Amino acid sequence: MAQSVVVQVGQCGNQIGCCFWDLALREHAAVNQKGIYDEAISSFFRNVDTRVVGDGGSISKGKICSLKARAILIDMEEGVVNEILQGPLRDVFDSKQLITDISGSGNNWAVGYKVFGSLYQEQILEKLRKSAEHCDCLQCFFIIHSMGGGTGSGLGTFLLKLLEDEFPEVYRFVTSVYPSGEDDVITSPYNSILAMKELNEHADCVLPIDNQSLFDIISKIDLMVNSGKLGTTIKPKSLVTSSAEAVKKWHQRPFDAMNNIVANLLLNLTSSARFEGSLNMDLNEISMNLVPFPQLHYLVSSLTPLYTLADVNIPTRRLDQMFSDAFSKDHQLIRADPKHSLYLACALMVRGNVQVSDLRRNIERLKPSLQFVSWNQEGWKTSLCSVPPVGHSHSLLALANNTCVKPTFMELKERFMRLYKKKAHLHHYLQIEGMEESGFMEAVSSLSGLIEEYNQLDATKSMPVEDFPRLSIAV
Amino acid sequence: MSIVTVQLGQCGNQIGFEVFDALYTDSHCPQGLCSKRENEAYQASCKERFFSEEENGVPVARAVLVDMEPKVTSQTLSKATQSGRWKYGQHSCFCQKQGSGNNWAYGYSVHGPRHEESIMNLIQKEVEKCDSLSGFFIIMSMAGGTGSGLGAFVTQNLQDQYSNSLKMNQIIWPYGTGEVIVQNYNSILTLSHLYRSSDALLVHENDALHKICAKLMNIKQISFSDINQVLAHQLGSVFQPTYSVEGSCHYRRNPLGDLMENLVPHPEFKMLGIRNIPQMSENSLAYSTFTWAGLLKHLRQMLISNSKMEEGIDWQVRPPLPGLPTLGKASLNRGLHFNMSIANLVILRGKDVHSADLGGFKDSALYTSWLEPINAFNAWKTHRAFSKYEKSAALVSNSQFLLKPLDTIVGKAWNMFASKAYIHQYTKFGMEEEDFLDSFTLLEQVVASYCNL
Repeated sequence: MAQSVVVQVGQCGNQIGCCFWDLALREHAAVNQKGIYDEAISSFFRNVDTRVVGDGGSISKGKICSLKARAILIDMEEGVVNEILQGPLRDVFDSKQLITDISGSGNNWAVGYKVFGSLYQEQILEKLRKSAEHCDCLQCFFIIHSMGGGTGSGLGTFLLKLLEDEFPEVYRFVTSVYPSGEDDVITSPYNSILAMKELNEHADCVLPIDNQSLFDIISKIDLMVNSGKLGTTIKPKSLVTSSAEAVKKWHQRPFDAMNNIVANLLLNLTSSARFEGSLNMDLNEISMNLVPFPQLHYLVSSLTPLYTLADVNIPTRRLDQMFSDAFSKDHQLIRADPKHSLYLACALMVRGNVQVSDLRRNIERLKPSLQFVSWNQEGWKTSLCSVPPVGHSHSLLALANNTCVKPTFMELKERFMRLYKKKAHLHHYLQIEGMEESGFMEAVSSLSGLIEEYNQLDATKSMPVEDFPRLSIAV
Repeated sequence: MSIVTVQLGQCGNQIGFEVFDALYTDSHCPQGLCSKRENEAYQASCKERFFSEEENGVPVARAVLVDMEPKVTSQTLSKATQSGRWKYGQHSCFCQKQGSGNNWAYGYSVHGPRHEESIMNLIQKEVEKCDSLSGFFIIMSMAGGTGSGLGAFVTQNLQDQYSNSLKMNQIIWPYGTGEVIVQNYNSILTLSHLYRSSDALLVHENDALHKICAKLMNIKQISFSDINQVLAHQLGSVFQPTYSVEGSCHYRRNPLGDLMENLVPHPEFKMLGIRNIPQMSENSLAYSTFTWAGLLKHLRQMLISNSKMEEGIDWQVRPPLPGLPTLGKASLNRGLHFNMSIANLVILRGKDVHSADLGGFKDSALYTSWLEPINAFNAWKTHRAFSKYEKSAALVSNSQFLLKPLDTIVGKAWNMFASKAYIHQYTKFGMEEEDFLDSFTLLEQVVASYCNL
């Protein structure tokens, strides 16, 4: 089985990453009752004999000794990483996996990319190579970051080119938190657009997330929990926002519930590659099926269920409800309207006791309300993983390549232009060595190109679907 | 003579397990409805064909398991071993760490050459265990990357290395509404390559098997396991031992060879379909009785009207009147389409099998004019009952069964190709648009040929 390495960059990236490792440990603990280090665990964790000094401690089989995350933590401020290293997960991270600085990037993409990029390039490469050496088959890098700040945005995207050059055969999946309209970082549009260019050119697949959607999901759950509906109790640990330990001081911070949602996204994305099922889906299949053209690699994700009610019986109706929910805006991790836009491709990754007939029944049922591009009318990719997430009997992750991301990008471009026209804060960027105005123009141009591709596809939406004339053969 | 099975990819391996299990279970079934001696001869024949012997007496499937990632093969191996009844060879498995990513080009151009030697060695070892090799089953799906791409590569190698042995590919035709988005590309690439290197393509359609599970077997929540078991049952009903000319206790030595000889008279026409009757859940079986006349009447109409199962048969369809020209391409779109056959093979098993009247299948109106019905139609009859069915009939047909599905897949793939979607995923691994065009050309030719029967 192949391995993946998580690279968490910046404050946001590290906080989400932390939640991810927490939940990953919990998931494997629940599945792996015997404490044997198996292929599934090895996809994200190394097994290390901590008594051995230096590098020789890796154990490839047998009982679990000490699990170390296949992760690299990068931040240009020390606060978040230090907290992690003092928290309950401190033993999961190797001190050699960290790259930190003190001063931070000042919410400036150029500082993150140009200054820290060149400063830490060698160190980063060294740590990446080390983690690759610890894998017998490295398949994928997961990069977690935000777009609006300086470190995650700048250094996080600097990484992408590095990874592409150094490990060209390894996939680069990026989880990017996009700034919402009321973002308090004034320069977030600059940072985001500059980062987008890198995502366009060097990422294999991007899962855009926005904080507003995560917040809405939490509100919905709160409503459910506090509604006091008679007899409605939520199964413990089943909240998509919950962490492994219900009561821990450092978990009571506001962003943790939101970060857990993203962490669950990553767990479910990789479940069919790690665990067995009747129709497996490996990570390389995600890119193969969902990216019809290299630039169009932005996937809208939605997760269900958000919680499980305590009643045990799951009749078919409830199962079908799960499929309907996956196509409801309430469950998306980014604000968008896929139902009224054009689907290029859609993947349904199911976990738990769900069989192929359940899948087919629901696809047939939902298909008529969705619009697919003419050359991919039956563009569904499906997977069935037998192991459900902790606290649930089944779950569904839907990934859609849909033109509905266009408005998000257009809005971002507009916010950028409003700042740029006035040259507001531009000097902070231009004073960094290597940054020029042309860099900004190229970034906008790259985004405009992407938006144009979506426009062209949207234009085909209302056209009748016609078959291309076939080759004629002389008989 | 023995058949060596190569099971490729998740689908191939999951199905392979069910097939060997069904063969074993049937051959050890006490309700053979025949004499003990007869049963023993049947068992021995099945064993020689599909299993080899091990020291402690547990039969070992004559199979090679191939997959590019380890989850499925390790599951398959342990499932077999845990059954306690039969197992796979300890060293019969080849797997890697990372799958083919649903990419035909990756399976064919990267995994193929890279692992050619190891895989062919494994197959060679298995072949050496056979006293006499009839040929190969290659079980593979068309929709994914390993079964399809690597399967095509391996089949080509088998053609080069074992040119005297027969190759029958068991192809799994994917659901119409996707399991894999690029399944149509993977399918046309697979089919065009196999057409050049395989001897026969026996097609199993997921949609048809699914309907059988739903309508005939009454299964509520249908799993892939259920579907694979129906497939295994169909395959078993064809390839379990059948009498040779000498009759009782003498079983046909080379069914694969005989089948090919009967059904594939021309290399342009290699696509075979399979139907069987009756098919029902065990509960229903206890309450049902059948006559050969009834079974054969239904089976004949299933053939003529291209029905996938014994329910919902269109009885309006009739053979055309002699002397009328064929419909050609127009026939693809016309309803009430009569399914023209090139050759058919019917296999009957069970009680009073010699009283079964197969006259309906010898009607020359069912066949193209190239072969005399006496050559176009063959029947194999065996007393020994199959898998608890007192009477059962299977049909393997080289006819227009697969014309519409093939045409549909080619059409969908062509639409996608015209927009160039996903092509970069294939050209990344050394393929070119030319390769796609070659495949399309070959398959349009096959479609036209079957159309004009």
